[in-house]
Amino acid sequence: MSYFDGFFDIPSDLQHSWLGLIGLHLREALLPVLAGLVIALPLGQLCVRLKWLYPPVLWVTTVLYAIPSLAFFVVLIDYTGMTELTVMIPLTVYSLVVLVPAIVDAVRSVPQETLAAATAMGFGPVRRYVQVQLPIAVPAIIAGLRVAVASSISLVSVGTLIGNQGALGNLLHDANIYNRPELAWNSVLTSAALAVVVDALLVGLRTLLTPWMPRARARRPRPEAVPAALEDAVR
Amino acid sequence: MNVLHYINAFFDNDANWSGYAGIPARLWEHVQYSLEALALATVIGLPIGLVTGHYGRGGNALAFVATAARALPTFGLLVLATMILGFGMLPVMIPLVVLAVPPILVTTYEAMRSVDPAPVDAARGMGMRETDILFRVELPVALALILGGIRSAAIQIVSTATIAAYVGLGGLGRFIIDGLYQHDYEKVVGGATLVAFMALATLGLFWAVARLAVSPGVRRSA
Repeated sequence: MSYFDGFFDIPSDLQHSWLGLIGLHLREALLPVLAGLVIALPLGQLCVRLKWLYPPVLWVTTVLYAIPSLAFFVVLIDYTGMTELTVMIPLTVYSLVVLVPAIVDAVRSVPQETLAAATAMGFGPVRRYVQVQLPIAVPAIIAGLRVAVASSISLVSVGTLIGNQGALGNLLHDANIYNRPELAWNSVLTSAALAVVVDALLVGLRTLLTPWMPRARARRPRPEAVPAALEDAVR
Repeated sequence: MNVLHYINAFFDNDANWSGYAGIPARLWEHVQYSLEALALATVIGLPIGLVTGHYGRGGNALAFVATAARALPTFGLLVLATMILGFGMLPVMIPLVVLAVPPILVTTYEAMRSVDPAPVDAARGMGMRETDILFRVELPVALALILGGIRSAAIQIVSTATIAAYVGLGGLGRFIIDGLYQHDYEKVVGGATLVAFMALATLGLFWAVARLAVSPGVRRSA
C-alpha cells in the first residue's frame, strides 16, 4: 500500500517522534478538559444553589462556544504568544460549555428524598455534596467528559495553523508542504484512535466509580434524558 | 479594549462591505455551506434516529457510531479529503457532515426513547398503525428534543464551516484565514465576530421554530 509507506517517518522539522507527538497531543487535549472540570464543579454547584446565575452562565459559555477555534487561537496570540497555552485556553472554555450543564443537571436530578435522608443522617452540606450528590452525578459527569474529550482531541489539530502548536495536527501541515498524504492519514487515524482509547478509559472509570450500577447497559433511559441535556449543551 | 477596537475598525471600513469578498457575499457563502451540510446531516441522521428510536433497537450500535464519528478530527479530515479528492465542495462537506451527524442521531434516538410509553401503548391499543404511531404520537412529543439536537449540529457547523477557507473556498472563514496570513487582526476578529453572530442567529432561529412547531401541550419548561 503506497499510501502507508513512510507512515511513521515523521519529518524532522516537527522535532518529535510519533510517540512524542501523541504525548504532546494528549497533554494539549486533556489538560484543558481537566481545567474545565476543576472550574465547572464549583461553578455548577453555584448554579444549582443560585438559580438566577444559571441562564447567564449558559449564555456566556454559549457565545464563547460560537467563536470558531481558529479565531479564538489567533486573538489569544496577542496575549499568550504562539504557545500551547494559546491552544489550551479555548479548549478549556469549550469543555465548560459541555461540563457545566452536565454537572448542573446531574446534581439537580438527585432526588429530594435522598438529600433529605442524608440530612437526617446528620450530613452537613459539604459532606452531603461530596458523598451523596457527587457520586450519584458521576455517570452524567462522565458522559459530559466523553463529549468534551472527543471534541478537545479533535480541535488540538487546528493549532497547527498558529505556528505548529497542533501536535498530531502538525502532520497535516507537513503532509501539505511535502505532499505526503500518508502523514495526513497518520494524523487522522492516530487522533481518532486516541479519542477512542480515552473514551474507553472514561467508560471504564465510570464502571469503577459506580459499582452499584448494573454492568450491562440495559437500563431504560429516564424521562429526564441526561444525554439530551448534554447535546443541548454542545450547541 | 483591544478586541472591541478591532471589531469597530472592521465594521467601520466601507471596503469590507462590498464586492465578491465583502461581508454580504461571504456571509451568504457561509449560509449556503452551512445549510447544505445541515441538510445532508439531517437526511442521514434523522430517519435512522427516528426508526431505531421507535423500535428501541440498535441504541448501542448508534452510540458506537456516534463515538467513532466524534473521534474523527474535523480539521484532519478536511486536509485528508482535500489531498485525496482535490479542491472542491465535497471534501468540505465530508468533515462537516461527520461532525453534525452524531448530535442529530443520538438526540433523536434518545428523544424517541424518552417518550412516555403509556400514550404509545394507548395508540397501539386503539389500532393505529406503526407509522401513524411514529409520526402522530411519538414525533410530536419528541420534537422539542429532536430540534435541540439539530440545533447543536447547526451551531457546530456554522462555527466549523470557517475551515472551508483553509482549502480555498469562501465563507466567513476567509476573513479569519486571510487575516491570519496577512497579520491583519482586524480581519480575524471581524470574521470571528460575524461567525459568532451567525451562530447566535441560528440559536434564535431554532428557538422560533421550536416555538411554532412544538405543540404547547408538550412544550418543556426548561
